[in-house]
Amino acid sequence: MTKYIIQRILVSIPVFLGITLLVYGLYALSPGDPVVNIVGIDQFTRMSADQREQVRVQYGFDKPWTVRYVRWLGKLLQGDLGYPLKGAKPVALQIRERIPSTLLLMATALLLALIVGVPIGIIMALKQYSALDMVLTVMVFALLSVPSFFVGLGAIYIFSLKLDILPTYGMMTIGAPFSLIDRARHLIMPAAILGLATAGIFARYTRASMLDVMRSEYVTTARAKGLKERVVVVRHVFRNALLPIVTIVAADLPALLAGAIITEQIFQWPGIGMLTVKRTSERDYPVLMGITVLTAIMILFSNLLADILYAAVDPRIRYDKSH
Amino acid sequence: MDAPQTLTQQTPQEPLAASGATLTGGSLTNPKIDTPGRRTWRRFKKHRLAVAGSIFILILALTAIGADFIAPYEYQEQDLERYREGPSAAHWLGTDSYGRDVLSRLIYGGRVSLSVGLVAVIIAQGIAVVLGSIAGYYGGASDWIVMRLVDVVMAFPWLIMVIMMVSLLGPSVFNAMLAIGILGWTIPTRLVRGQILAIREMDYILAARSVGVKARRTIFRHILPGVMGPLVVSATFMVATAILMEAGLSFLGLGVQPPIASWGNMMFAAMELIILEDMPWLWVPPGVAIALSVLAINFIGDGLRDALDPKGMLGSK
Repeated sequence: MTKYIIQRILVSIPVFLGITLLVYGLYALSPGDPVVNIVGIDQFTRMSADQREQVRVQYGFDKPWTVRYVRWLGKLLQGDLGYPLKGAKPVALQIRERIPSTLLLMATALLLALIVGVPIGIIMALKQYSALDMVLTVMVFALLSVPSFFVGLGAIYIFSLKLDILPTYGMMTIGAPFSLIDRARHLIMPAAILGLATAGIFARYTRASMLDVMRSEYVTTARAKGLKERVVVVRHVFRNALLPIVTIVAADLPALLAGAIITEQIFQWPGIGMLTVKRTSERDYPVLMGITVLTAIMILFSNLLADILYAAVDPRIRYDKSH
Repeated sequence: MDAPQTLTQQTPQEPLAASGATLTGGSLTNPKIDTPGRRTWRRFKKHRLAVAGSIFILILALTAIGADFIAPYEYQEQDLERYREGPSAAHWLGTDSYGRDVLSRLIYGGRVSLSVGLVAVIIAQGIAVVLGSIAGYYGGASDWIVMRLVDVVMAFPWLIMVIMMVSLLGPSVFNAMLAIGILGWTIPTRLVRGQILAIREMDYILAARSVGVKARRTIFRHILPGVMGPLVVSATFMVATAILMEAGLSFLGLGVQPPIASWGNMMFAAMELIILEDMPWLWVPPGVAIALSVLAINFIGDGLRDALDPKGMLGSK
């Protein structure tokens, strides 16, 4: 297993280099003068050619992009992501500040998705082809079809503006001292909205996994022995059907991160997603490269986690051939 | 949403067409011959939600095509004296912050959403057919290169890649189509490759090859038709995803830019609390439109999957 993990990490390195090179190259080759992004268009038009050249040299844009990429990579290995085009706060610090809030949002959403999605999937499987199964199937389809920002705006409309029981946006009441209840009240809506679509995915997966196990021969055997249906389901079906779900959780993390971009924007949740949208419209490449690195690491990590969990959960899977 | 029951009456006729038609007819032009196409259509008709979805999308497509005649106003036409007005006889769904007619923008927005979805998927599936065929049919080094490329691109969530690409190209309708399409080829490429790997080993392909049919012709005439079924299903689901993605992008301000209307950028207005609270006509209609179209397309995809499933093809259904 250890050997397999090391192998996987080694394989991840070229993938990581490939992604960063691709994104860096695309940013470098995209049309537009980087000096415009640094000083702003007003300032740019007032500058002389010499002054522009000076800024270009100062930021290293006079070198070819491949050289700049290698230099950027060298700094990255020392944990330095450089400085944004605008503002003085280092990129690494900007990103680090925002990681906890995004993680809090994603973790809560994941938890809600599991609590809602898995039981729905179990019910759908146990009552397959019943009216309840049909209703839930349509509901799950709806969860996956309604855009999260529509549900989010609807939720703000109902719970914040009409019922006035939850805050509209932000992470805390401005000016108020930190309190757990205040944080939870701000967290519940964005986490629920982000978790809903994921709950739909989990429900579908749970249903399929349950049905798969329920058709297997050892379940028929358990029934033939005269065990009560409840015992069959709890002892024989659940254990084999539900454990694989942990792997889906790990594999779904990247999608959750993508979902967080939109959710954070709706609820003005100060995380990585909001940073991404803001810097994308400003075309602040150093920050976007930093976010790329963070995303790539997270995704490679969650893929690895999914593989490891898969082996841990299912003893039939062995990654080392020596056993 | 308004006509889910209408087509179900047609089902009673179909068992007649299903059996024995070839025996009674004799000639090849007999309309009762049970061709795969008819079988698929018969099975599709049984999926009521899929039929309802098709009708909804058909109506939507017709209004989008005929927007110039149907929409009461131009999408960018401003009536500055009547901005943010609620629904009235002159403006059925009210007006927005610039005095533009919401209903007209909704109709034109449908044109944008549907065409972005459609074009993006055509781009993605086109790339997938070419790369997937090469990888699957020739194997070896070309297969290795294509599949590693798939790995690298798939390592990133689609939406995040699209946002990055749009940030490079700048936001517009065309760039949204391009970014969603160019970055969406990975999953269908895997699908095409997998299907081709399976079909390639079949006897009739060996037969075609042994009589000297050229590789390109073998791929297009003998292999790709077998891939079409699963490809159409995946493409249908992908249209739904692409529409959602365009809406999300435009909602974030990174997609279709005003004054061009898109369902996503119409909803952006609701980020302002006054609009969210007091002017539901500005944001509820586009939201409902996105939700219903995506749901309808997903149902169509589900119906097609059932209808095109080759395992059930020869059954009595």
